[in-house]
Amino acid sequence: MLEKFTVIRGRAVPLRGEDIDTDRIIPARFMKVLTFEGLGQYLFYDERFDEKGNPKPHPLNDPRYQGASLLLVEAGFGSGSSREHAPQAIKRAGFKAIIGESFAEIFFGNATAIGLPCVTLAPEDLRALFQAVEADPSLEVEVDLLAKEVRFGGRVAPLALPEAAREALTQGLWDPIGELLEAGSLLDEFDRKLPYPRRSE
Amino acid sequence: MGKTLYEKVWEAHEVRKLRSGQSQLFIDLHLLHEVTSPQAFGMLRDLGLKVRYPHRTFATVDHIVPTHDRTEPFQDPLAQSMLEALRQNTKEHGITFFDLGSGNQGIVHVIGPQLGLTQPGMTIACGDSHTSTHGAFGAVAFGIGTSQVRDVLATQTLAAQKLKVRRINVEGKLSPGVYAKDVILHIIRHLGVKGGLGYAYEYGGSAVEAMDMESRMTLCNMSIEGGARIGYVNPDETTFAYLEGRPFSPKGAEWEEAKRRWRSFASDPDAPYDDVVTFRAEEIPPTVTWGINPGQAVPIDGRVPLLEELPEEERPLAEEALAYMGLRPGQPIKGVPIQVAFIGSCTNARLSDLREVARFLKGHKVKKGVRALVVPGSEWVAKKAEEEGIAEVFREAGFEWRNPGCSMCLAMNPDRLQGDELAASSSNRNYKGRMGSPRGRTVLMSPLMVAAAAVAGEIADAREVFGIGR
Repeated sequence: MLEKFTVIRGRAVPLRGEDIDTDRIIPARFMKVLTFEGLGQYLFYDERFDEKGNPKPHPLNDPRYQGASLLLVEAGFGSGSSREHAPQAIKRAGFKAIIGESFAEIFFGNATAIGLPCVTLAPEDLRALFQAVEADPSLEVEVDLLAKEVRFGGRVAPLALPEAAREALTQGLWDPIGELLEAGSLLDEFDRKLPYPRRSE
Repeated sequence: MGKTLYEKVWEAHEVRKLRSGQSQLFIDLHLLHEVTSPQAFGMLRDLGLKVRYPHRTFATVDHIVPTHDRTEPFQDPLAQSMLEALRQNTKEHGITFFDLGSGNQGIVHVIGPQLGLTQPGMTIACGDSHTSTHGAFGAVAFGIGTSQVRDVLATQTLAAQKLKVRRINVEGKLSPGVYAKDVILHIIRHLGVKGGLGYAYEYGGSAVEAMDMESRMTLCNMSIEGGARIGYVNPDETTFAYLEGRPFSPKGAEWEEAKRRWRSFASDPDAPYDDVVTFRAEEIPPTVTWGINPGQAVPIDGRVPLLEELPEEERPLAEEALAYMGLRPGQPIKGVPIQVAFIGSCTNARLSDLREVARFLKGHKVKKGVRALVVPGSEWVAKKAEEEGIAEVFREAGFEWRNPGCSMCLAMNPDRLQGDELAASSSNRNYKGRMGSPRGRTVLMSPLMVAAAAVAGEIADAREVFGIGR
């Protein structure tokens, strides 16, 4: 049985910047791996460490945000490469959900399919959340997928999440493999009906 | 009411609705490479599942292969282990694998069309965002993550959500020295890197209809850079002429039947679109990027923008881009010195790209101090280029002629920028650190513009360097 995501509580790390691409989330050289294990350590590697491996100023290196489980981002997060290594690195670094203004298509799908909810807030609510967290890193934030709202510091902000993804996450259906397999012989019908690709001669 | 190609293909492949409200979509053709598939095979093993229809899956190795010395074992043991894993996985599951030296190895998005695997009306998936390339044939083709690679291997289907469709018309005639790469950079510059979120892009209009298949592939390839997961062009006679006689194309009596079927997928004249945008071909200049995403682009005779010229919400990213690229606001983009020139990638490493560059490059020399590389898209492209004397033109000009692979585009092999080197590149992404150095800089442009930059030693207008149309 898959985990059902309903209410996710925790502190948040504010990560400013628009159109943060998956190359930045995890640089290509860390994709030379056969499993996703251990990818958490390479999250935002080139932004967090210099060429000698010394930490640079970055919210993820900031002691005030250690142990946070929510990632706060701006618009166009996860653009670029389809690498699932990106949401895997975020999840394996201990994050339970991402709150932002908008997400790139493939990133969103990848994240949802591994049980990492990505929810969006209206720009003014997101701005307020960024400010609140930056002012008080210990602030508790609640992402409520059932009530469709994000709550923080006495404020209630409506969250948006495509209904299919919300259903999948709250019902524990986010990994679709089981349901896809249920199609059974229907698949063989499609395989017979769709004539591609033909064998090379 | 008519329908778009996207809608027709979707309807023909929708197996059923899922409880979440998504659709279960059948995938005709699944392409694999070594970077995003090993974990998928691992998950399959953990679940005790088999590859359901191995005849619908084809694999090659492209991201990690060295382009210089391909003797095995590779110097990089991690790269070698990824190649071995793909060999083992495809063998175990009965999947066709185009290995190094097979004559068909190459960038996955180059070999699919080249072999005739990519056909109109298909759904095509691959664990790589530039799968959108195959849309040039009137296929619905898109990149997927590794968990979805597992889903396709196990069931030949995906859980998917239908997109809206934006029709993008490019009307008129492109000027000499202007290519599909300029068209797509121009489109992304105007619609933005987030402009395509939630959309499939359908490209049409007289300029697109006049394009050959390889140009259409370049156009569709970078749809993802505009935020659209897929891009496509309706199949027409140009499409059929390209496919005729290719190894996996239908033959004999099946050929006519296939064409009839393919034609039926094209969008109807009265198909409704969620949005329509029109560009004038004559207004599209050779275009280059100045920033850290493909939307941060200007005409070659333009200037890096002043912050105050930009909408307020774009300024923080522009500031970050200028600092990273080491450029001054208002500076002409032409004349910025380059250290590296790269012609290659799934965007622009096809035979027609290399032919077009060679046509103008002949008799010119790469400027001293510039490291210039050509990486053909496939073993077949490399072979043809040797036969046609194209490779020799590049070598004589001072380019290194390499073996096929993704190479510097994302630098998972030994080809990478050093320090803050600036590369003129025919690839698709100019993200920070993209070409393998955390401080390396990329300026995207057409292959001919890369050649011009290599010759001039700085970002240059190919029309001036090679005397085109002026």
